[in-house]
Amino acid sequence: MDFIALAISAVKIVGLVFLVIMPMVAYAVWAERRVSALIQDRVGPNRVGFQGLLQPVADGLKFILKEDFTPKNVRTGYYWLAPALTMVPALLTCAVLPFGSQLFGEPMVIANLNAGPLFIFAIASLSVYGIVLAGWASNSKYPFLGGVRSTSQMISYEISLGLSIIPVLMILGDLNLGRMVQDQSVNGWLMLPLWGDRFSLKGLLLLVPVVISFVVFTVSMFAETNRLPFDLPECETELVAGYHTEYSSMKFALFFLGEYAAMIIGSGLAVTLFFGGWSLPFGWLSWDGKADIPWWQGLIHMATFFGKVVVFILFFIWVRWSLPRFRFDQLMRLGWVFFFEIAVINIILTAGIMMLVK
Amino acid sequence: MALVVRRPQLKWWEKIYLPVIAKGLVITMRHFIRTLTGRTKVTMQYPEEKWNDQLPEHYRGAPALVTDEQDRERCVACQLCEFICPPRAITIIPEEIPSEDKWAKVEKRPLAFNIDMIRCIYCGLCEEVCPEQAIFLRKDYAITGESRAEMVHDKARLYEVGGRRVGLVNKWNDLK
Repeated sequence: MDFIALAISAVKIVGLVFLVIMPMVAYAVWAERRVSALIQDRVGPNRVGFQGLLQPVADGLKFILKEDFTPKNVRTGYYWLAPALTMVPALLTCAVLPFGSQLFGEPMVIANLNAGPLFIFAIASLSVYGIVLAGWASNSKYPFLGGVRSTSQMISYEISLGLSIIPVLMILGDLNLGRMVQDQSVNGWLMLPLWGDRFSLKGLLLLVPVVISFVVFTVSMFAETNRLPFDLPECETELVAGYHTEYSSMKFALFFLGEYAAMIIGSGLAVTLFFGGWSLPFGWLSWDGKADIPWWQGLIHMATFFGKVVVFILFFIWVRWSLPRFRFDQLMRLGWVFFFEIAVINIILTAGIMMLVK
Repeated sequence: MALVVRRPQLKWWEKIYLPVIAKGLVITMRHFIRTLTGRTKVTMQYPEEKWNDQLPEHYRGAPALVTDEQDRERCVACQLCEFICPPRAITIIPEEIPSEDKWAKVEKRPLAFNIDMIRCIYCGLCEEVCPEQAIFLRKDYAITGESRAEMVHDKARLYEVGGRRVGLVNKWNDLK
């Protein structure tokens, strides 16, 4: 019996990580290049395969065939450890994301933890070590500056990231991501309370703190994943390539993939918390987690989840190619002076609404 | 006198960022949609689309030799083009036309006429200097080869590119 459970888990891990997340990472890079090209009135890679769809394969092949060069003056052990430390936490966090409702009576989540968001934040905060180690072990000034910037940036924004979802946890009253989605599926998404229990005065009033916390969460997520308005650790124009200046070949690719994997998991978390995860809007095909549902509904739910994630990734790309980079002091001011306070006030506001409005 | 740089006075909606960010997002989205629907003109997709039908009248491509109405080669091997050619791409070996030939009166013709297309700079001086209107710049621009020898256009190749030219080209007609 244990063996069967283990086997099912293994199938889910391999299926999610290698058949969904990794191809999504590859195609996120392709989408990034094509969308950025279209935004800048260009064409983008369209040569390898139909519309350049095989470009990720060509890129991967190139990375594998390149020389894996280790500079002489680096601390080799840490230097080799850093890329893995960026990639592994990014992939670990997908363990608790419910990427579907149920398929053949099996819940579509790798680990049904009762502390989902906490697990994600705990593991995601580890990914800063990869960047810091890369910056430090490279023994070169640009990576060092990138690593230092990344340390302060990621530690600052973790606070507003954590505080921003507390209103969501208060409203849903649960820490299990799977049950949070089931609740939203029946009672209305937090960002779209137009059916079920949330279609009431209280639900609509709560939309105000939810929107605030969504904005804070999304911006902090940009900062956590080092995406463009906050890509100070990389910062091409100032730091050559930031923390991965000294890396080449597959080691560089691991940093690159880790960044995109973190972006996908972040999108997944945002979708799960604010947009009802795998559930369809207006309570269609909703599932409260009690009776088993047919397999085709499970498939529709999975497709819905990944569809939402794709939309979110496109939003990430769109923002990246629209906004210029922040200055470092602006970044710190935004994190500590605005978002921290806004998130704290938002918690009080949510509590007030929940207490006063019945 | 120190120059005082005036900083713009930001309005309150500019100070809270979000409306201006939304404005920027709208601009990029407009560009995205315009390019996606093909309303923005983008780079020509070269090997599939070519310049051929869009080349201007005065375009100077590969030089080529031409024959006249009677299929006689117009070149009389005077070697003026060889002398004027700035990168010295043209090499001509002249030959006397034997007296029993139909065109014996022309006296000279090129035995060999080579243009090194690696050297050619497409300046058009050969065409300008030619007294017999035998060499013209055509619109061929994709001159490629896998070896240096392949990039030297010999007489046969030059006539193949040039073909037949009927009538005299003058300032006052548009035969070119």
